[in-house]
Amino acid sequence: MDASLTSEARPQSAAPPTPSTPQKTQAFSAGTPTASTALESISIAIAGSGGSGVMSAGNWLLEAAARSGAYGLMVKTMGPQIRGGEAAALVRLASSQLESLDDSFDVLLAIDWQNVHRFADEIPVKPGGLLVCDVDGGEIPEVFTRSGARVLSLPLKKMAKASGSWINMLALGITGALAGLPVEALEQAVRTGWTRGEEALQTNFRALREGMAAAREHAPQARRIDPQQGKRWLVSGNEGAGYGAIRGGVRFVAAYPITPATEVLEWLAPALVEAGGSLLQAEDELASINMIIGSSFGGVPSLTATAGPGLSLMTEGLGLAVAAEVPIVVIDVMRGGPSTGIPAKSEQSDLSFAVGGLHGDAPRLVLAPSSISDCIETTQWAVELAETLQSPALVLSDQFMGQSRAIVDAPQLPEPKGKRLVAEANTPNYKRYGDTPSGVSPMAIPGTPGNTYTADGLEHSETGVPSSQAADHARQLDKRARKLMRHDYGNRWADIEGDGPLAVITFGSAAGPVREAARRAAAEGVDVRTIVLRLIAPLQPAAMAKALEGVQRVMVVEQNHEGQLLRYLRGVADLPGRPAGFHRPGPLPLRPADICTALREWAQAKEETK
Amino acid sequence: MNDMCHPPGLAAAEPFTPLHYKSATKPIWCPGCGDYTVLNAVTKALALVQRPPHEVAVVSGIGCSSRIPAYTSCYGFHGVHGRSLAAATGLKVARPDLTVLVASGDGDGYSIGGNHFLHACRRNVDLTYIVMDNHVYGMTKGQASPTTEPDWDSKLSPGGTGVRSFHPLVIALAAGANFVARAFAGDQNTTADIIAAGIRHPGFSFIEILSPCVTFRPEQKEWKNLTHPAPVGPTDDAARAAKRIMTDDGFNIGVLYAGHRAPYSGGPGAPTRSLQEMESAFAL
Repeated sequence: MDASLTSEARPQSAAPPTPSTPQKTQAFSAGTPTASTALESISIAIAGSGGSGVMSAGNWLLEAAARSGAYGLMVKTMGPQIRGGEAAALVRLASSQLESLDDSFDVLLAIDWQNVHRFADEIPVKPGGLLVCDVDGGEIPEVFTRSGARVLSLPLKKMAKASGSWINMLALGITGALAGLPVEALEQAVRTGWTRGEEALQTNFRALREGMAAAREHAPQARRIDPQQGKRWLVSGNEGAGYGAIRGGVRFVAAYPITPATEVLEWLAPALVEAGGSLLQAEDELASINMIIGSSFGGVPSLTATAGPGLSLMTEGLGLAVAAEVPIVVIDVMRGGPSTGIPAKSEQSDLSFAVGGLHGDAPRLVLAPSSISDCIETTQWAVELAETLQSPALVLSDQFMGQSRAIVDAPQLPEPKGKRLVAEANTPNYKRYGDTPSGVSPMAIPGTPGNTYTADGLEHSETGVPSSQAADHARQLDKRARKLMRHDYGNRWADIEGDGPLAVITFGSAAGPVREAARRAAAEGVDVRTIVLRLIAPLQPAAMAKALEGVQRVMVVEQNHEGQLLRYLRGVADLPGRPAGFHRPGPLPLRPADICTALREWAQAKEETK
Repeated sequence: MNDMCHPPGLAAAEPFTPLHYKSATKPIWCPGCGDYTVLNAVTKALALVQRPPHEVAVVSGIGCSSRIPAYTSCYGFHGVHGRSLAAATGLKVARPDLTVLVASGDGDGYSIGGNHFLHACRRNVDLTYIVMDNHVYGMTKGQASPTTEPDWDSKLSPGGTGVRSFHPLVIALAAGANFVARAFAGDQNTTADIIAAGIRHPGFSFIEILSPCVTFRPEQKEWKNLTHPAPVGPTDDAARAAKRIMTDDGFNIGVLYAGHRAPYSGGPGAPTRSLQEMESAFAL
């Protein structure tokens, strides 16, 4: 990997251009106000109308980067059309692991400008950035030229037509060269998964090289990413969640298709069969959650995946799983809400619903992966916890984590542990809902002789007989609350970095830009402790108090309009000082620079008098 | 004493009697309710098929009829309103070794659970679905259900709903149920035979049981005089069965249709790939 990258022709200077000394030959600048402390990375957007192959180009670019020892991620963004609408692949590459998009883009390559202006907010181009477009592609939308970016017009369509190749192959060559990727890696990325003939492949390889040559001629100062050694995975959050589910022991999934969770299910459908299980497409989410409750009642660890609208339908089933103590896992790949909302864009606005949205006193587990690759481990953990505690577990992923692909260090995944406590055959005086010290009572699995019982959503006695008596209700409420509160969740409940007196608490995909902002702030002398919650409910008061030792002030960062995590934490945790909130709704991602600015101002502000 | 107790385990050679399938829990039903005899028919049917109680699961939703699982000595699942078929589908697909009975009523099964009914028929999972139909919501004290006559007066719909009633048997046929029958709670033995036939028939077996509500529909006591055996046996021709059902008097008792459609084939199998092999798809 290393050799293939260094064999590529490169600019003389090994160091990336610095913003303070711009060179004349420089195609684009890394200059941002915080560039001196910013992560060195290159951000490239490839945009065009649907069918122009921008997603394929983006995927190849990411894969070639992965093969070259780089890290990176790719976010897909699309217009509302099912097919044929505007689309963009947002790729960011670096020599260390990435969890967030950058504040702005170094390169925007537009295969055409058809409706691409709609991405103006999503693809801010750096002032020294580069716009690459087709000579005959019409006028460049002013929203992109306004920043002062340079423009490189190339006869893209004519070049593709002349060589009989795909236009996105030129796009790949141009962006690959601008990112300093070697031709071998780009070609290998295309070759993998190529289903057509060798002749067509070679034709397209010629176009790829033409693209690289054009980029070098007109914008010779390519960025370079120092290749890093080590085993890498290329994974999306949705695939990772599916794999984590199987690792945790899930062998039955019932689900209803919904954006942006469908890829979890499409990944799981064949994988479950290979693991000896099965997936069933249900008629709706009411059915899917009740199906997994049925299968789990039968002893088979079970899961479903959905998004906000589906989760709304699943609430009655979640309550049933609480009351009947049936382990299930529900992955919620969050999108803009309420109602149908913004289906293909990210938002962290289902949190209040996840922690509080059931009738009755209904304790449940709510977890959130802290990064794209953590979707694997957190989903696995959710299965283990659900099984151990005989409780529903919600996993709050989101569209950003779910649908983005990232190059990550091959994760060191823990061996699955934590099993359901099952009743042995012919247990004397068997009590399915026995009031045990831990709150967990042995579950008899159908087929086991001598322990038959009826699982019930009605309040019940310890044996499971429906009861409306106060003592039974109090006993079962205590039992169900106790089993979640008393469990030892270890140190996986949160990822904590730093030890300063200022702490930022966040979760899910907001963690990426928060961590990047915290690193930038640290370089400016503002030390911020970051606490990324993985177990949101039940919150661990003692562990939280320990994590906040020495903290004077807290800021809660999240991607929603109302500050849902802030509200929740104020209700369940003792937060020092007067907690601040930085919360913005989707669909635009949280940008590290905005969070960094907020942190700087917050750190400088005197604490308000109490 | 365990209030869910049931007869102790039997020696393998000893046959199961209906009593072995009954729990000690006392039903909450009104005196004279048709569901008592349905419970007897269920336990008789299970004795006919001789599955040990712990290998049988009885799944239900909400309503008078849905209380039935706890009155058996089988594994029971008393879930939420209208979702019994969904829970049973998940259970049976994940655990094909179990015999799964689903119990419902006309409100639970045809109204709030109507969509699941359609899809359970077309999915054809090997379940036996008994619906105790009394044309009324009993548990909520007397409202019109989907099978209630349009002019039936109630507090919630004074003068009647004015809405035509639902024909579950024809709908089941149209949606693809593999076995369609009508039974009458007052005839325990025939009902037991029909349920046993439904359990034995592969795929989705739907049994509509006329089960009088003596409290809110006392006129249904007349059903014992109106019901009669179907004049012909079951057909495997769905169109013919549909025509018979749509033109009969509504009181033909017996198996009306028995098809040959292959049951749902998804479900567990032998693993073919290890975790390490799955991971290799992510590795570079």
